[in-house]
Amino acid sequence: MERITAALGMVGLLVLGVAAPAAATGPAPLAAQGCLGCHGPGGAGMASVPPLAGRDAQQIEAMLRGFRDDALPGTIMNRIARGYTDAEIAALAAYFAATR
Amino acid sequence: MATALTRRAALGTAASALGLLAAPALSRAQGTARLLVIGGGFGGASAARFARLHHPEVEVTLVEPLTRFVTCPYGNLLLSGFRGIGDITHSYDRLRGRGVRVVHDRAEAIDAAARTVRLAGGETLRYDKLILSPGIALRWGAIEGYDEAAAERMPHAWVPGDGGQIQLLRRQLEAMPDGGVVGFAIPPNPFRCPPGPYERISMVAAYLKRHKPRSKILALDAKDAFSKQGLFQDGWRALYGGMIEWVPASQDGRVVRVDPAERVLETEFGTRHRVDVANVIPPQSAARIVLDSGLADTSGWAQVDPATFASRAAADIHVVGDAGNGAPMPKSGYIANNTAKQAVASAIAALRGVPPPEPLYFNTCYSHVGEEYGISIVGIYRVGPNGIVEVPNSGGVSPRGDLPEQRRLEALHADSWYASITEDMFG
Ligand SMILES: Cc1cc2nc3c(=O)[nH]c(=O)nc-3n(C[C@H](O)[C@H](O)[C@H](O)COP(=O)(O)OP(=O)(O)OC[C@H]3O[C@@H](n4cnc5c(N)ncnc54)[C@H](O)[C@@H]3O)c2cc1C
Repeated sequence: MERITAALGMVGLLVLGVAAPAAATGPAPLAAQGCLGCHGPGGAGMASVPPLAGRDAQQIEAMLRGFRDDALPGTIMNRIARGYTDAEIAALAAYFAATR
Repeated sequence: MATALTRRAALGTAASALGLLAAPALSRAQGTARLLVIGGGFGGASAARFARLHHPEVEVTLVEPLTRFVTCPYGNLLLSGFRGIGDITHSYDRLRGRGVRVVHDRAEAIDAAARTVRLAGGETLRYDKLILSPGIALRWGAIEGYDEAAAERMPHAWVPGDGGQIQLLRRQLEAMPDGGVVGFAIPPNPFRCPPGPYERISMVAAYLKRHKPRSKILALDAKDAFSKQGLFQDGWRALYGGMIEWVPASQDGRVVRVDPAERVLETEFGTRHRVDVANVIPPQSAARIVLDSGLADTSGWAQVDPATFASRAAADIHVVGDAGNGAPMPKSGYIANNTAKQAVASAIAALRGVPPPEPLYFNTCYSHVGEEYGISIVGIYRVGPNGIVEVPNSGGVSPRGDLPEQRRLEALHADSWYASITEDMFG
């Protein structure tokens, strides 16, 4: 449930291998963890709150940008999406897309 | 191609910083690193679970005296009758199943130099990194006459305990006459859960409206303003008419003395309010173990590095949850959960000799105003050169106005939040 798929894990390991210290400056690694307080374990969704895990990265990104720009109506997501940078939105979209 | 690579690089970075990938051997090579967590509530349980999930090579021990955890969040819904005690009681069995060693005992003393913790039962535990999340202590005597004995007549119901306090408050509501007065004493900032007293007022009003509609609520406050104030007051007017009277500090709202035998709340300028049920929420500090270990300053809260939640007073100790000073972030369960993860990731990064992940904290506090009426406050926080700052033009409170669908959805999402966060702690 909360594991990155093997293939993406390999890519991650390669990146880790050459650029581990980048962890300190990378785009907000805790961004994805913040979502789990409402979006269920591993982002699998919880009751009225939809799942994130396994969704298409571009779709997640488009939704977050839409909420941020008020192009999409939301209950609380508009207020939330405005807190994140493009890079963070891309990183957490990729993270959830790769989470099964 | 370029974007794909960027995105993959970002993913790798994010994943590695969180320890989601196979971790390199810890630089402290001789044996397994020991992470000790004190307190099995919002910060501690979140820390223990996160550590096992994302750093399986680390040995995790959790010390918590209670064998079942009764959450403060959703406790207010026991008062309205929307929830029962079983709905807010959680077991440590699944954390055990994840390989957390759960020790039901109380931490008595921390020896930071020796990196050991002595438990009340006599055992001494060694650690490489300590995560401390023992929550708050109530400052007995800060309101004259309000001590542990008084709390049996005038419950606070502000620390989890065994759930006895919140159930006592519920029984007192059931026993009071229709037409009676429920009094609240509400503390100054900072305190656990800034919107909590006002959600509680709402849930008591929901109970009274249904069962004792001639009753009144007198909310005596040591402040002149409160969290989500406009939204709460809109909701109170819409749902409960004139049932709730809120008295700010500037209108003599600050309770300085209580008489438990007579159930009197006495304010700064000597007004004595005799009530039928009294909920006294006293001023607070970090839990005793934090004070006794010299980890708090004169404010009564632990000072921490906002990027890692490492104690400013002792090495190898991270203080998370309500015991630490995370201002301007609220003392909330959501923040305790978030900062616990950052503290664990930072502690383990330090053991490996790598930099901590970049901090980014997130909070949402939902409050129930009525059964199908929820409101929220959101905050996203970063660490700047002068400490923690809320990201400008983000977060904030629910829109005001007559928005029944918004309120209904927020009440539903609040339920989802509760289910999610407790899974992220105990699941
Ligand atoms: C009425 C109410 C409603 C709330 N609603 C919300 C909400 O809707 N959303 C939200 O985000 N937050 C809410 N909160 C706030 C939330 O409860 C706290 O912020 C959260 O519990 C803080 O987590 P913590 O880990 O610091 O402390 P706790 O969750 O209190 O956990 C501390 C644990 O440490 C243990 N402990 C203490 N001393 C020792 C020791 N010496 N040795 C071992 N163990 C010890 C205690 O037994 C306890 O189990 C609410 C609070 C209240 C009172």
